[in-house]
Amino acid sequence: MSSGQLAAEPSDFVVRDPEARRRLGTTLIALVILWPLLQLAEFRPAVLFEAGNLKVMTGFLAGFFPPERGPEFLGLLFKATLETLAIATAGIALALLIAVPLAIIGTRALSISSIGPGPDRWRGNVVRVACRALLTVLRAIPEIVWALMFVRVLGLGPAAGVLALAITYGGMLGKVYTEILESTDTRPARALLQGGSGRITALVYGLIPNAAQELTSYTVYRWECAVRASVIMGFVGAGGLGQLMDQSMKMLNGGEASAILLMFLALVVLADALSSALRKALA
Amino acid sequence: MSIVTHQLGLEHGNGFRALHGLNLKLTAGERVAIIGPSGAGKTSLIRLLGSALRPTNGRLELLGENPWQQSAAGLRQLRTRIGTIHQAPPIPPRLRVITAILAGRLGRWPAWKGLLSLLYPVDIAGAQQALARLDLADRLFERCDRLSGGQLQRVGIARVLYQQPDLILADEPVSALDPILADAAIAQIVAEAEQRGATVLASLHAVDLALKWFPRVIGLRSGQLAFDLPAAEVSTDMLRDLYSSEGSIVPTQANDPALLHALTEPLPEITDPKVVRLDSCRGRG
Ligand SMILES: Nc1ncnc2c1ncn2[C@@H]1O[C@H](COP(=O)(O)OP(=O)(O)OP(=O)(O)O)[C@@H](O)[C@H]1O
Ligand SMILES: [Mg+2]
Repeated sequence: MSSGQLAAEPSDFVVRDPEARRRLGTTLIALVILWPLLQLAEFRPAVLFEAGNLKVMTGFLAGFFPPERGPEFLGLLFKATLETLAIATAGIALALLIAVPLAIIGTRALSISSIGPGPDRWRGNVVRVACRALLTVLRAIPEIVWALMFVRVLGLGPAAGVLALAITYGGMLGKVYTEILESTDTRPARALLQGGSGRITALVYGLIPNAAQELTSYTVYRWECAVRASVIMGFVGAGGLGQLMDQSMKMLNGGEASAILLMFLALVVLADALSSALRKALA
Repeated sequence: MSIVTHQLGLEHGNGFRALHGLNLKLTAGERVAIIGPSGAGKTSLIRLLGSALRPTNGRLELLGENPWQQSAAGLRQLRTRIGTIHQAPPIPPRLRVITAILAGRLGRWPAWKGLLSLLYPVDIAGAQQALARLDLADRLFERCDRLSGGQLQRVGIARVLYQQPDLILADEPVSALDPILADAAIAQIVAEAEQRGATVLASLHAVDLALKWFPRVIGLRSGQLAFDLPAAEVSTDMLRDLYSSEGSIVPTQANDPALLHALTEPLPEITDPKVVRLDSCRGRG
């Protein structure tokens, strides 16, 4: 019935997307910023394919074949893998102890005082800003620096590595948890808070059901990163694959190094499988 | 007094004035319906009265207390006594129905009880009873994303019935239900309120439902009171005037003669063929 009316609208009046100009501007600014950055980073991909350089690279890679398969080395590799898994898992577990409380305190999705806004809103904002600042400091300092510091206190060994991982990864997990909770549908949690519920119950009844998949997948991804980070930890004598890698590299034993790299590949594949299994279970 | 407002006004964040100087008084146990065209300010008013928004001006008293002069703990305590049925049920799709209903008492339970209930539901019987009143008892352990829109809306109502608040605020609680179910759902809200002496304030877009179940009806237009009268005194002209922005067509549930019969005052134009069911063509959010 009204389609005739709609068609009769004057056709010389064309509506333009009011956002278009801003989008174009943003793209231009991004390019203008990116170009000098690439220059600064000496980004010249062509160099890689010059004849001399190709030979250097293939020579370097050829040293990695074949991977070491001796039973003695495989025994060492197995033990080092278990150590690495233990360090990464313990580190993430401690990191969760830091990240979860800070995320609950720091996320706006669970702010009671911002409903209305209500009493104590000023205090709530201060606490949230302080919480975010703490998370920033924790993750701004690279884990290797924390590790070097803890080695002085605790001596060489896995404990320093675990603590260093816990602190940096606590900062990273906390920040991303905060943001994941804010970017899911916050209305259910808000409705619960508006009905007088506390923060923790609003979290588990209102936010977690929506965010569980994303939270798990990020946590497993960070666990995977922690496994890789243990390579750096090897330099502070934290044991595990990192230390083994360190030794093999120093002895210029490419076969051992490639066996270790294959093990890393297997661990990453394992993490992927774990992540998708958990996501499926939480779907 | 359950609700007292004096010159209550609300300006939204973008500077839009949604409500102007409302004076209302609801005694304990009263049942009041708010009707008015889309954008009149019904949801805004309900959010103010649910202490979800702070009024820009005027005074507000809920269950005898000014919510915005309370301490954080006092405000939380007050909020546990107010139950809001939201226009769109705020329930995460992965939650099970039973969990969604039990969440109604999170404000009154200590935190450990709420957490324990996730391991094993602490009050299956209570949730089942609330759900049975809305004719959904067999879906107790279903996940909410396996429910239809109307079923989910009824779960939202069941949550508030289970909460047992002293003040029930309902924002278009039956907008997704067919006429028969809508009638039954309102009947349950009314029965619950009568049984416990709770106050009900419901916004409705079906005028026939408002007149049938609510002794007092408030007409809201452009953020102002158009009328505030006993249902029997609401005249056809007042309704036409209220909905003048929508072509003076008074929205109703359906042209169902059984329901129309139940009207406090017969409205001749409801049987008029030009009456359309606005809920099916109005984009609501
Ligand atoms: N958050 C907001 N910011 C700005 N304006 C808003 C906001 N919420 C509502 N409004 C405006 O306030 C007015 C009243 O909105 P409200 O949601 O209270 O209407 P309503 O009577 O509930 O309408 P409906 O029947 O469509 O649900 C509308 O004009 C709307 O555009
Ligand atoms: Mg509304």
